[in-house]
Amino acid sequence: MDSLFVNLKKGLLDFLSSFLPADFVMIASALVSIIAIAILGPFTMMYLTWFERKLISRIQNRIGPNRVGIFGLLQPLADGVKMLTKEDIVPDGADKVVHFLAPVVTVIPALLVFSVVPFGRNMAAVDLNVGFLFFIAVSATTTIAIFMGSWASRNKFSLLGGMRSVAQLVSYEVPMVLSAVPVILATGSLSTVSIVEAQSGWHGLKWFVFTPWGLVAFVIFYLCGVAECNRTPFDIPEGESEIVAGFHTEYSGMKFALWYMAEFMNVFTISGLTATLFLGGYQGPFLPSWVWFFTKTYALVFVMMWFRGTLPRLRVDQLMGLAWKFFLPFTLINLFVAGLWFFLPTRGLRVGVSLALLAVSFGFLVWVNKPFVPEKRMYEFAE
Amino acid sequence: MLGVLRGMGITFKNFVTSYLFPRRADSLDTAGMVTVQYPEERLLEKERFRNFPFLIYDKTPDDLRCVACDICAKECPPKCIYIVREFDKDGKPLKRPAVFDIDLTVCMNCGICEEACPFDAIFMDHEFEIGGAERQQSLVYHKDQLLKPATYFAKIRPTDHATIEEKRRKEAEKKAAAAKQSSQGAAQTPPPPPPAVPPKSPQPNA
Amino acid sequence: MTDSLLQETETLEVNLGPQHPSTHGVFRMNVKLDGETIVSLKPVMGYLHRNHEQIAENISYLGSMPYTDRLDYFNSMSNNFAYALAVEKLAKIEVPERAQYIRVIMAELTRLVNHVSVTGFLLNDLGAFFTPVLYAFREREKILDVFEETAGSRMMCNYFRFGGVKLDLPPGVLDRIRKIVKEFPKFLDEFEGLLTQNEILCMRCQKVGVLPFDLALSASITGPMARASGVNYDIRKVDNYSIYNRFKFKVPLGKTGDVYDRFMIRILEMRQSVYILEQALKEIPEGPVLNPKTAALAKAPRNFKPPAGESYGRVESPKGELGFYLVSDGTPQPWRYHVRAPSFVNLTVLEDLCLGHKVADAVVILGSIDIVLGEVDH
Repeated sequence: MDSLFVNLKKGLLDFLSSFLPADFVMIASALVSIIAIAILGPFTMMYLTWFERKLISRIQNRIGPNRVGIFGLLQPLADGVKMLTKEDIVPDGADKVVHFLAPVVTVIPALLVFSVVPFGRNMAAVDLNVGFLFFIAVSATTTIAIFMGSWASRNKFSLLGGMRSVAQLVSYEVPMVLSAVPVILATGSLSTVSIVEAQSGWHGLKWFVFTPWGLVAFVIFYLCGVAECNRTPFDIPEGESEIVAGFHTEYSGMKFALWYMAEFMNVFTISGLTATLFLGGYQGPFLPSWVWFFTKTYALVFVMMWFRGTLPRLRVDQLMGLAWKFFLPFTLINLFVAGLWFFLPTRGLRVGVSLALLAVSFGFLVWVNKPFVPEKRMYEFAE
Repeated sequence: MLGVLRGMGITFKNFVTSYLFPRRADSLDTAGMVTVQYPEERLLEKERFRNFPFLIYDKTPDDLRCVACDICAKECPPKCIYIVREFDKDGKPLKRPAVFDIDLTVCMNCGICEEACPFDAIFMDHEFEIGGAERQQSLVYHKDQLLKPATYFAKIRPTDHATIEEKRRKEAEKKAAAAKQSSQGAAQTPPPPPPAVPPKSPQPNA
Repeated sequence: MTDSLLQETETLEVNLGPQHPSTHGVFRMNVKLDGETIVSLKPVMGYLHRNHEQIAENISYLGSMPYTDRLDYFNSMSNNFAYALAVEKLAKIEVPERAQYIRVIMAELTRLVNHVSVTGFLLNDLGAFFTPVLYAFREREKILDVFEETAGSRMMCNYFRFGGVKLDLPPGVLDRIRKIVKEFPKFLDEFEGLLTQNEILCMRCQKVGVLPFDLALSASITGPMARASGVNYDIRKVDNYSIYNRFKFKVPLGKTGDVYDRFMIRILEMRQSVYILEQALKEIPEGPVLNPKTAALAKAPRNFKPPAGESYGRVESPKGELGFYLVSDGTPQPWRYHVRAPSFVNLTVLEDLCLGHKVADAVVILGSIDIVLGEVDH
């Protein structure tokens, strides 16, 4: 059961090798992985939209889509048909080539990073030994794509959205990478599969999230990931109530669907990567490994959508302040603490020193960032 | 940080209770799901709900209570009622309308026509599922579309119907007693219009 | 277009245009931006002008009662209340006791409805994606159902008449109102838990859009906006119109006058309204609901000729001081009819509040002023 998909692929390749030469079988093996990802990506995105709508509507005490198919399960298909049949409007003064390319350039990296995510035991599509670096580098190209989209629309609102988004994406890359560095330090390798393997043993207690530096790194990595996906509370680029959809104001039809698809695929991969780095990836008792992976990923996706239903949005300068003045110093201190963890001799000393250092630095940073803390107000009553 | 977590706890509680407590049709409890899935489930109709007006007749559509006095048309704030009195073959005016049009796209559901009518002939209906393919013809209701029987009125507004029937019965009795008293075998006035006792019902100058 | 007073950079002129998800109606703001900071802001209104005052000069006094519902379409009962007060002052009509109590109950229910929705919409402008709005709307639905049972319509109630209210409360409605009032504080606690201590909300709202005390006084700001700046002016206490002098309630005042204060003042006012409602529901007497002399008015509105003169009737509507100025010359139509709309007057300080803040704040500040375009444009 655990190696169901691996065995399927092996069976298919054995079948093909009976009448094809060896080189072709190699190409076929790569093709099978590519086709699997190309189906999984958009399919995940469609059902993530369904999941989000149902979840947010239940938070708001209303039933989500439930007319199209039982429980609304065919709703994404209806949405897809709607998007495909819409008229494709390109603004008059817009730069047509860039306007066309921008959504394409966003979707491609989102799909590419699926190849280094380990879905189960032996189930990463390509086991690169620089897997994590590949992930960061490729997902950083979405920045230029968003800017292309906002610039090419020739609309002041889109421009505002695009500039804000570039600032946000660039600033949140830094704490994100730095908070994952302790994990790499602990593992000694950049490959996602070996990161997962390094967390095995002791029935799950060796997952990185159970160490003090791991917990802090988990929270910071996850929040920076939420910012990278442009989700609430960091969804300023598409701030719906202020600048009416920001950089994708001028897109309609299938192009809008591509932006949307890229955002949801990013949600999935960031959650998947967080699960891989900190929560032990596909490890867990009894159930097959890919079931565990999907459970952990979807739990993190649930939390992201829960944020969306509850929290208001941060303002641009507060967003930047949070990244540079709070997250960045904290990740540097975290890195230092993670280093200490491996050099201190006894268990008690390790845990004590790490917790003390992290708590003190958290308090210090909160004190330094005074405007972030709400002040309590008293109101007087007159007769 | 704590305030954010508290807020998230509340939304999570709402998420969970929306599965546990489904809504009953007219209860005030809104913990849990509040959606009423429209064409299959409906909310209870309230008696005083006023939507567009309708004319009332007692036994047959020719027996309508309206006497074309034009008061509702004069009082209507957006002036959506248009009445033309009916004349008989000799040119004498009858106490019925020949034309009674209400433009539903203009009517603002205020209910002043119902209050102003001295003959209890026009009331506000509960119909809200009205649709037309275009504005000019299908949403202007003529007399035959506006006439509905008194039994329908009793069904949608029972207490008002009871009150009005009581009043009409009393007036009919009073009229019968007055007619019997004034002269034996005097001609009975034709049934529909009640006497001018309580409200002022001036015949308007045409 | 380009402002030549600024030497080095050009300002970007943006229209937060009439079609926008957050301007609470058709309202345009011409904003000049320097980067993200607002340099000047000009509100442009008039997109919803419907000639209300002109129409009222051509129909009878009762006939313009349904039109007043549509002025501040969110709280129609308070508009009716103000107009009825103005005409009663003009024609010197008395209102029976039960009708006074019903009027106060309806006015306070309207205040609850408005404040809870405005708070929800403010959070929607901040980005919380409708969740607080829908929680607020659950409570609003309960109250609107009460309005439908009593007056016939959920929003355009047309319930008040000169000399009382149109019809008595149907049986059972008083118990429903009691139940709503009993459960409202619990809902308010939940709503506050979602919002008041939320750090993100505090970061966005504190010290944003500060309205100083002197500016509030000199610009004749009224309502929760003025009370948040410390101006102790509540018409229910100052005028004691209707029977408000029989109820004990307090007026919350703020000190800073920023968006957070306005939001908190509204929540505190809701608690005071619940307190007034409890008192009114306990004391409501039996009796007639319409002055018998004017009950006949309903059958012949065109014969209602108030004596010549002028009157100004005002109420503490949930948005501020709503006043109707009537001049009559003895005919069934008013000679002059003017509405003093609180949203319109409160909007005049929008530019002063927004200077120096970012674009995102402009929307939030507009949401905290709490405008309704029907009132602003009559």
